Amino acid sequence: MSPVEMNLEARFEAYVAEDKKIEPKDWMPDAYRKTLIRQISQHAHSEIVGMLPEGNWITRAPSLKRKAILLAKVQDEAGHGLYLYSAAETLGVTRDQMLDDLHTGKAKYSSIFNYPTISWADIGAVGWLVDGAAIMNQVPLCKCSYGPYARAMVRVCKEESFHQRQGFQIMLTMAQGTPEQKALAQDAFNRWWWPSLMMFGPSDADSPHSGQSMKWNIKRFSNDELRQRFVDMTVPQAELLGLTVPDPDLKWNEDRGHYDFGAIDWDEFFNVIKGNGPCNKERLAARVSAHERGAWVREAAKAHAAKQAERRAKSSTHAA
Amino acid sequence: MTEAQHLQAILRLGDDALVLGQRLSEWCGHGPILEEDIALTNVALDLIGQARNLYTLAGSREGQGRDEDALAYFRTDREFQNHLLVEQPNGHFGDTVVRQMFYDAFALERYAFLARQTVDPDLAGIAAKAVKELQYHWGHSSQWVIRLGDGTEESHAKVQESVIALWGYTGEMFMADDVDVACAEAGLLPDLEGVQRAWSVRVADGLSQATLSQPEDGWMQRGGKQGIHSEHLSYMLAEMQVLPRTYPNATW
Repeated sequence: MSPVEMNLEARFEAYVAEDKKIEPKDWMPDAYRKTLIRQISQHAHSEIVGMLPEGNWITRAPSLKRKAILLAKVQDEAGHGLYLYSAAETLGVTRDQMLDDLHTGKAKYSSIFNYPTISWADIGAVGWLVDGAAIMNQVPLCKCSYGPYARAMVRVCKEESFHQRQGFQIMLTMAQGTPEQKALAQDAFNRWWWPSLMMFGPSDADSPHSGQSMKWNIKRFSNDELRQRFVDMTVPQAELLGLTVPDPDLKWNEDRGHYDFGAIDWDEFFNVIKGNGPCNKERLAARVSAHERGAWVREAAKAHAAKQAERRAKSSTHAA
Repeated sequence: MTEAQHLQAILRLGDDALVLGQRLSEWCGHGPILEEDIALTNVALDLIGQARNLYTLAGSREGQGRDEDALAYFRTDREFQNHLLVEQPNGHFGDTVVRQMFYDAFALERYAFLARQTVDPDLAGIAAKAVKELQYHWGHSSQWVIRLGDGTEESHAKVQESVIALWGYTGEMFMADDVDVACAEAGLLPDLEGVQRAWSVRVADGLSQATLSQPEDGWMQRGGKQGIHSEHLSYMLAEMQVLPRTYPNATW
């Protein structure tokens, strides 16, 4: 590293340490840029892939009101994807490149979406638990050091909190409904609880990117800290629903002022990340297929825009 | 116009909106570009919103305690009276936007009348909101047909095929049956001849901007308004209605 670069890097770090925002045209270390591109694009991909498990129930939503709410929710996810891709583009990567990385399996997305939504109660559980965990992870990002990402997250978090409430509402209605509905709700809770806890990522000791990201103010709390907060917040909600947390080791720890909970099956987590989750192949295939089947449409839109521009140019030449 | 005809007219409006909204919602997450996932979902949301308003009105007029969900989830395909056009499968994106353009041009005329001059003030209220939405829908669908028609050779050929395939479902929208005639005479619904004239101008203009040729008016498929549908509707309803029919005592 040259003395000039060292100087820039020192200034950058001092700036970030003061909690100031980095903007697209500011100098930034390459590793910071790369970390952000990786994280923001992964986040955008998660929004897009996340549309699939929930979209799975739009056509079968059990009332027109629920259908409308779910449509609006999945549409919000598409919107989040859109502004996150835009935020990543400010770092010098194109949406096409990012999509290519997703489609070739080079880029990751949140592993939670590799689980299937097999009943309507899963739509409740996804909203309540998955969006609940996402909010826990994302609220601190509203203050992250990269301006465009932080600003996008402010809007994302507002909408996510509406999503979480609608998920809880579905669970509440089912938990208070017929015995069959309550059984569906409990079953969904059993299947989604542990994967939701895994959403916070590996324990701090095994989290490869955490240390540097904390230093850069991209990450503000450790994985374990956020997971604990999520458990502490969610257990009373489960009690309110009258559902049983599927963890025999769960108990309130008076000394810590937190819930103790059982060991997470990290083998399952890493196995799903490796591609062996129940829906990894379907999710990716659905994205690739939508993209490939849409290629002629995108080409047509481009060709038409070019023709229009040409016509405008011709008519302005004539006018001149 | 009898009360039953009046009710039937409202239900038919609701059925068109729900069936097309349901079809469009199948696209969610599978669009050719992220912006279209958002746009198609938006149109679906508007249509489902229109259906809810119309069914709620129909249910209250009927006075037998049926709400929007009873009408959407507990009627059979023979009781649905939507036009055949709106139940046709999504096909590729070109098929979807052509189907949409044909419907939007029709709905825009119909709802403009309802908003302005129908004798049913509740229906006029629903229509006033719907007209604004339909103007946006028409802009979206017709612009896409123009882009695809006047895009690449491939897109032109594909969307021309869509126009040919769907053309035979457009005539039904203008075939007045007893209900349409009675409701038009009473000032509840517009006269379909006038709607057809306006529709034809609008669609001809869209197709010409898209450099697409308009098919000759041959045989037009019919039956939707009498509850005799294509094979597609029953599958759609089976999927849509599965939960309320599996758990008939549940609320959601």
